[in-house]
Amino acid sequence: MVDRYKGRYGSALEPQSYLGQNYFTVDRSLIPDVLQLLRDEDQFDYCVDITAVHYPKREKQFDVLWNLYSYARNERVRVKTQIADGESLPTVVPIWATANWLEREVYDMFGIKFDGHPDLKRILLPDGWKGHPLRKDYGILQQDQEWVQINLGIESGQ
Amino acid sequence: MSAETKSDPENSLSNLDLEAPERPHLDSNELIINMGPQHPATHGVLRIILRLDGERVLGTECVIGYLHRGVEKIGENRTYAMFNHYVDRMDYVAAVSNGLGYCQAVEKLMNVEAPPRANYIRVILTELNRLASHQLWLGTHALDIGAMTPLFYTFRDREEILKIFEKYCGARLTTHAFRIGGCLYETYAGFEKEVKNYLKYLAPHIDEYEELLTGNRIWLERTKKVGVISGADCIALGVTGPVLRASGVKWDVRKAQPYANYSDFDFEIPTGENGDTFDRYLVRMAEMRQSLRIIEQAVNGIPEGPIMAKVPKVIKPPVGEIYHSIESPKGELGYFIVSDGSTQPYRVRVRPPSFVNLQALDRMVRGMMVADVVAIIGTIDIVLGEVDR
Repeated sequence: MVDRYKGRYGSALEPQSYLGQNYFTVDRSLIPDVLQLLRDEDQFDYCVDITAVHYPKREKQFDVLWNLYSYARNERVRVKTQIADGESLPTVVPIWATANWLEREVYDMFGIKFDGHPDLKRILLPDGWKGHPLRKDYGILQQDQEWVQINLGIESGQ
Repeated sequence: MSAETKSDPENSLSNLDLEAPERPHLDSNELIINMGPQHPATHGVLRIILRLDGERVLGTECVIGYLHRGVEKIGENRTYAMFNHYVDRMDYVAAVSNGLGYCQAVEKLMNVEAPPRANYIRVILTELNRLASHQLWLGTHALDIGAMTPLFYTFRDREEILKIFEKYCGARLTTHAFRIGGCLYETYAGFEKEVKNYLKYLAPHIDEYEELLTGNRIWLERTKKVGVISGADCIALGVTGPVLRASGVKWDVRKAQPYANYSDFDFEIPTGENGDTFDRYLVRMAEMRQSLRIIEQAVNGIPEGPIMAKVPKVIKPPVGEIYHSIESPKGELGYFIVSDGSTQPYRVRVRPPSFVNLQALDRMVRGMMVADVVAIIGTIDIVLGEVDR
């Protein structure tokens, strides 16, 4: 399987493995093609999770990960890509319906936009909130004080 | 429930007009109503905006996040050992499972394996916790539907499990029972006997729960053909746990990718056929019996030996990333941890089963009656502490 993907995409796709867990590091341009292919040809029919990691010192600040599982093969694979701040990604909601809330959470927590998402808005934080808490430059005590004052009627949420 | 006008700009309802099912014969105006966030049947603070035609649900929108505490952010700012407490506060009715998943993920990242005795203790406590979680689910779910008696029965029996937890580690609910590398506490004197006695005690009581409900006509009317979801829909929506199994997909992380010595034990994966609320009830009842089987084998086969692997005082996993998942009572609970080689995780991602399963609510309630919404929220078995984290 790895050879097949490597043959098709060449250097844009890097198969890797750590502690027995396999992942593909792919170029942003291959999303969502490679994900569609994984589901259609290799039966990765269950999208376990979508998440991101923030590396503020890197030029391409975000790692975005799709964590997939195949019921038929009983195998897991992660697909990983790097994007810069402000760059968006195509949605995978048409591939896995579960991506709807997972992408909304990534948007809420990191501010990464997904093009074509049916209803991209915040999910855990209130709609009017400013900032994306899981970015590394967002302090652990930081809050949107203005939102707290207007909506909760208190001076500070701390 | 309070009525809400349709033109309220505060609430964006763009999700609600998707593919409305064919209009039933009820001749009434469409109505948007708000259920929750303070509603006894939402099992926490969950707000559901319902679009109704008479009594029939045309669409829903869940508003969540009321209990958001930023658990993942806290994880990045605590050491590996310190964060171990916090995971118990996500799914607080199954705290032991949460702790097991986290400890094992960090162990995998450090390439450490817990000793066999620790694994057996872990399995016993985790399965007891599964029983406690299912008992709490059954009691509250039946209460939502109008059957009050099961609540008293299940809470009476759950109490005994909590007493075992309290004797073992001093806490009843947020147990913090395990440590990275194994268990901190050896079993107390009489632990095995107490667990065995409890198994003997509970087996006839599960039959008793079933006597109250399985043949009960009101229960059947309220649960059969309510909230039907197909296996294919479950897979597309990422639904796991008893909800997936009740739709006929025989999949359980404990069997598919065994962890913590689960491969040593002989047990079955109960499945349903119809994917309705009644089948989900049956699957969970059968699962409780399977848990009894697992605990019995574990108590009888518990080996002697150390309970803690060699783990340094300061936990510093090498640079890398890991995903580890376990079968919590709600479904697949996963931890994705990125280490930068320091004492604190660079990123901790929790893959919460309740959050993902709740997304299927909309699919399950369309075309149902308002009263069924309550039954369907109960049958998914969500814990809002885990949904919102």
